[in-house]
Amino acid sequence: MSTKPLKQIHLAAHFPGVNNTTVWSDPAAGSHIDFDSFVHFARTAERAKFDFLFLAEGLRLREQGGRIYDLDVVGRPDTFTVLAALAGVTERLGLTGTINSTFNEPYEVARQFASLDHLSEGRAAWNVVTSWDAFTGENFRRGGFLPREERYSRAREFLSTAIELFDSWDGTELAADAGSGAFLRDARAGAFAHRGQHFDIEGRFNVPRSPQGRPVVFQAGDSDEGREFAASGADAIFGRHATLDEGRTFYADVKGRLAAYGRTHDQLKILPAATFVLGDTDAEAHETAHEVRRLQVSGQTAIKYLEHVWNRDLSGYDPDGPLPDVDPEVGENTIALGRASVRQFNDPLATARQWRELAEAKGLSIRELVIATTSRQTFVGTADTVARSIDSLVQADAADGFILVPHITPGGLDVFADTVVPLLQERGVFRSEYEGSTLRDHLGIAVPEAAPPTGRQVAAS
Amino acid sequence: MSVPPSSSTPSSSAPLHLAVALDGAGRHPAAWREPGTRPQALFTARYWADAVTEAEAGLFDFVTFEDALALQSSAPDGPDERTDRVRGRLDAVLTAARVAPLTRHIGLVPSVTATHTEPFHISKAVATLDHVSRGRAGLRVQVSGRADEARHFGRRTGPLPEAELYEEAADHVEAVRRLWDSWEDDAEIRDVATGRFVDREKLHYIDFEGPHFSVRGPSITPRPPQGQPVVTALGDGGASYRLIARSADVGYLAARSPDAARTAVAAVREARESAGLGDRPLHLFGELTVFLDDDAEAAAARRERLDALAGAPFEDDTEVFTGTPAGLADLLLERRAAGLTGFRLRPGATAHDLPALTRKLVPELQRRGAFRRAYEADTLRGLLGLERPASRYAARTTLTATAGPAA
Repeated sequence: MSTKPLKQIHLAAHFPGVNNTTVWSDPAAGSHIDFDSFVHFARTAERAKFDFLFLAEGLRLREQGGRIYDLDVVGRPDTFTVLAALAGVTERLGLTGTINSTFNEPYEVARQFASLDHLSEGRAAWNVVTSWDAFTGENFRRGGFLPREERYSRAREFLSTAIELFDSWDGTELAADAGSGAFLRDARAGAFAHRGQHFDIEGRFNVPRSPQGRPVVFQAGDSDEGREFAASGADAIFGRHATLDEGRTFYADVKGRLAAYGRTHDQLKILPAATFVLGDTDAEAHETAHEVRRLQVSGQTAIKYLEHVWNRDLSGYDPDGPLPDVDPEVGENTIALGRASVRQFNDPLATARQWRELAEAKGLSIRELVIATTSRQTFVGTADTVARSIDSLVQADAADGFILVPHITPGGLDVFADTVVPLLQERGVFRSEYEGSTLRDHLGIAVPEAAPPTGRQVAAS
Repeated sequence: MSVPPSSSTPSSSAPLHLAVALDGAGRHPAAWREPGTRPQALFTARYWADAVTEAEAGLFDFVTFEDALALQSSAPDGPDERTDRVRGRLDAVLTAARVAPLTRHIGLVPSVTATHTEPFHISKAVATLDHVSRGRAGLRVQVSGRADEARHFGRRTGPLPEAELYEEAADHVEAVRRLWDSWEDDAEIRDVATGRFVDREKLHYIDFEGPHFSVRGPSITPRPPQGQPVVTALGDGGASYRLIARSADVGYLAARSPDAARTAVAAVREARESAGLGDRPLHLFGELTVFLDDDAEAAAARRERLDALAGAPFEDDTEVFTGTPAGLADLLLERRAAGLTGFRLRPGATAHDLPALTRKLVPELQRRGAFRRAYEADTLRGLLGLERPASRYAARTTLTATAGPAA
């Protein structure tokens, strides 16, 4: 009897931030700012032997209809600073943060990630994201001048420049030999020179090579360009597709792109974001899931959500009534600013038509329609049901694991850690102890060798 | 007992405030070769945690973390390619954040280069340092006119005129401070009845406009526990004094004699008045490097030994004290009479001089009634006797409301 060896599942946890999945009105919901919340969340994830904790980033408060959006959690701490502080209260958990490549400079971001990797003894990871958005740009020196079509080219060059900086120390330079008086073995340690379309920089990088060589790189885009970007150099991708069919299609597509870059199937982990609702019985879990959806999508939230598609003020409509009969305003979305989600509606007229048909066929109100079309509850059921679904999706190559997003901050992960994780361990598909100490160890990704330093050759010539 | 300064002019008998400047293995270029130093550990969290814990055991007000966006160099404008000195350092804000959960009282003040950073990023980073340390964050703002550092960013070409750098730094701090105020303290309401998480009337656009950048705001990070974390800057004359006067809560003055200290204090206080901020508390700290041993000859011999290792006599941009803890206590109290409210001490060799400060100097000052015997406050502002300011935007709202009926 020949059986395929069981794939080991990768699990991570996203500290839920600014989005309508976070049920802040629940009495169990705590602060999303106090450091205690992050400590609680991180320690739960580490107790459960998760690969890493993930923090998103925001660079401008969202607005809708020209006013700050106030229905969801608003505000969050700085990603780097929280991750560095968490490195002091955890030992093994990977620390992953989203950092934008548009409103930052490579030298500064590279030294922040290299520093985080040193300060956490090899647990840092960078989720590279892009923006072209003038709205966010109003908070930065760079402003909003980056043309939309250049965002991936800047991101790609930003990442490759950062890697040149990480590699500018190959790890052999530090002697720190008090006896001989040699602190450095190489007088040109950290030398780099990069001349490109977006960056023309040279000099000396000032952080020695970090424990992971470079931090782990994650990428989150779902577009064709985003997938290609991930295949070319990311260690992991945050997928959106956590169902069997969509997951398998996405998985096969992205993994299929690796060979062109001389990379193997294992060198890129696919980790979709996933939510969960647990109960003593499957029926009870489904009932709770329904209540959670009602809490996540209030009448006002439903109207605001519809405005993303309609791109016009719909405040006069009754959320418990039928969908608006007016058509969406086509063109640049001006009503909802600072949101990633508006970008998914490429064709608002078609979306509106589909939704009207769906609402009519099923007799759905605006609120019910929004609940139905935005359902993001991936795993609903008993701990056993959820453990089986996670395992079967991973074994079927719909994913390599999941990034779990609880709807309660910060205690929402506890029940998962206490009930689902032991079942996955019993099935032999999830670790009971960390085998290594770095995030690369957890993900099974090798430490990269430093590329030959460009700066030292340039300087020598 | 510590009596915090209640006005901008300090009493000459008020207890001193003490900060320690942490940088590599210490201020002396050969400090990393001092016995007891772990030069291999300079890039580990443990090294920094140990140093900050030691300073906290000595009841210091705060530690500063030196930083720059370039490799250390002894040359004025470019890398020196030396291999016999400490080169490389970790990001100061992240180092401060890393040690925050391991400490409880001591202030954490990372250095930030205004010239090449975004005020929006710095504001949320230091606000978050304040959140993770529960009110112990500050920052030391600095400028960089170095051409090599500018080339790491490729955005502008150096060298940049000093006056412009300091003007820009003052704008940077102004934008950072407005962002800290951009959330009123009670902006988060979680009003289940109306479904509103925040009261958006209590979130404010800051609309900062300057020649080098503009920032719309509000911050994405809620107002930090101290309201305004403590802003500090080093001054050695001219434009740097104006930056302290306009922007700082604590200025470090690089004066080399009591007279120089008196002159510097007067100059900065006058600039503070001219900036219209005369009624705002401002600490002025003396800045000096220290080599401490139980007897003065041993201190001098140790410094000579380090000089021999470095191949040159040690010089600094500020006064260097070499001697005993009692001698240093005498000097500090003498300088206090010149109008200084505290000192930022740079250990010549951290492994030796930091414990000498915490275990010898501090008891000496305590015996003379010049330093605290226990931490008397939970926040850095509290330790420095600085009140927690209201958000400028909240103040405006209140003002409008009270002025309304009268108008």
